[in-house]
Amino acid sequence: MTSVLSAHGLGKRYGRRWALRDCTIDIPAGHVVGLVGPNGAGKTTLLKLACGQLVPTEGTIETMAKVGFVAQDTPVYAGLTVAEHLTLGARLNSGWDAALARERIAQLDLDPGQKARKLSGGQRAQLALTLGLAKRPELLILDEPVASLDPLARREFLQGLMEATAAAEFSVLLSSHLVADLERTCDYLVVLVDSRVQVAGEVEELLATHHRLTGPRRDESRMPGDQYVVSARHTDRQSTYVVRTSAPILDPAWAVSRLTLEDLVLAYMEKRPAERRRAGLEALR
Amino acid sequence: MIWLTWRQFRASAVTTAAALAVLAAALVLTGPGLADRYAAGIAECTLDDTCPRFYDLFFDDYQMTFTVLNLALLALPALIGLFWGAPLITRELEAGTHLLVWNQGVTRVRWLTVKLALIGLTAVAAACVTGMLVTWWSRPLDSSAVPELAQMSPLVFSARGIVPMGYAAFAFVLGVSAGMLVRRTLAAMALTLAVFVAVQIAMPMVVRPHLMTPVTAVHELSRENVGGISVRRGGGEVRVQLKNAVPGQAGAWVLASELLDPSGKVIASDGEDSPTTVSGTSGPCAPGASPDGCPGEISAQGYRQQATYHPLDRFWAFQWIETGIYAALTIGLTWFSFWWIRRRLS
Repeated sequence: MTSVLSAHGLGKRYGRRWALRDCTIDIPAGHVVGLVGPNGAGKTTLLKLACGQLVPTEGTIETMAKVGFVAQDTPVYAGLTVAEHLTLGARLNSGWDAALARERIAQLDLDPGQKARKLSGGQRAQLALTLGLAKRPELLILDEPVASLDPLARREFLQGLMEATAAAEFSVLLSSHLVADLERTCDYLVVLVDSRVQVAGEVEELLATHHRLTGPRRDESRMPGDQYVVSARHTDRQSTYVVRTSAPILDPAWAVSRLTLEDLVLAYMEKRPAERRRAGLEALR
Repeated sequence: MIWLTWRQFRASAVTTAAALAVLAAALVLTGPGLADRYAAGIAECTLDDTCPRFYDLFFDDYQMTFTVLNLALLALPALIGLFWGAPLITRELEAGTHLLVWNQGVTRVRWLTVKLALIGLTAVAAACVTGMLVTWWSRPLDSSAVPELAQMSPLVFSARGIVPMGYAAFAFVLGVSAGMLVRRTLAAMALTLAVFVAVQIAMPMVVRPHLMTPVTAVHELSRENVGGISVRRGGGEVRVQLKNAVPGQAGAWVLASELLDPSGKVIASDGEDSPTTVSGTSGPCAPGASPDGCPGEISAQGYRQQATYHPLDRFWAFQWIETGIYAALTIGLTWFSFWWIRRRLS
């Protein structure tokens, strides 16, 4: 399986602050990959490193040769018209697909003579996406493309992206801090917290192997070895676990329920502080 | 890339071109008339030997325009640095469009190459045309200017010939580099202005006097180098003050003009006046006598002017050297901006 992006021990430092540190990740080709994590997890830094916008401070990163990048807040030139943006793309790229760009603009009902400053947020995002698509990349990276859009524009944008990916064979890497955005679009998910990949895999497989267990209170040390504990919550009498396992759960003490993608991601985001707390306690002993 | 550069630069290029075209038209229309008036005046004054008086009257008439033109030509490179150089990068960074344009099929090194080359050459061309036009137009005035505004003097020299091209190129890349460093347009403009003004002041104050060894020579006193003679009422001591001018060296840049007493000792330097032993009660310096004879009388007593200066015939040598210095600064900053955009800027 070829990968569209593979990083090893990747780190980027701004002055004294590490925006990303010791990040190792491998993303297989042929997917629409959702990169999700809390603000400040290093998503933007990772994506900027992937498209060559940044140079790593340490470690290595390899990507496909032809990477398209749609930056956060989908910047376009306010003073240039829609048509001039297409000219820009055509002049600055060798494999520019002019027909695709023109068709998309027509489909979106954008006036080619319109200055970009007069476009709505959703239209601007669509224009930026068109530029990214017509470049005919092998990997298209989008950094929080819908974060600043209203719900309707958000849905239209993601729909447009899905249509485009269905038609062509290129990979997409899309970041968001909202799982709901990714749920409809992505078939592969990477959860990044504090520069670390918490979990990565195909969405269907992730959903099939993660379970929520609810039952009488039980200590974590008494959980079976083939169940990887993602998160745990205890009250005086009850325990709630999110576990990953490929084996069926047979213990009758547990009420087993499936997780939504959002629950799953939140469980991984919760996990880190829990681990840290434990590490802190151990250090005290 | 050339298309994009031109598209983004178009509006300000057209505005500047329009402003310069108006200036050029005004100079071209008035230049020949100015030259004719000067030629006619010279032809007339040589007959009755009143040329110094003609120079003064002629220059007086145009001094205002002359000064405004000089200042405009000194300001042009600064404006280029502020409005073409500084925003080149910061405008992209502030709008986030660097993330758009640097992720197209051209590298950011190529992006910067085209931007610097196209806009930089336009800046140099604008400075070249304006500089040459002003030099041509001012020729009659440069020949008749007061010593303080001699052609080699700092304020005039910097607005003549080819140095404006060097200033423009330097100011432009200075603005670009400042923009890369501080990343915000207003701050970059402020930094550009501060550094450019500092360099433009340091150049004539510190560097230019030493580009060549100045000439030091001793001259007799005459109407050309004596600024003022004062005689105490009722005939007392005669005080002499020298001008920053050297006899027979019109247009020279006088660095020092000192009064020597008969023993060769400096008794007054720039602008000071000093008493002499010349009689103020009788002879040519006495009140009532024709004032024209007095400088000669003081000179006859052994008083001299010791002047240190750069003569006008060094004008082009100085122009080339100074343009070379600014070209070197420009190349250094250009190298820096390429290094920075590859290594540090994101």
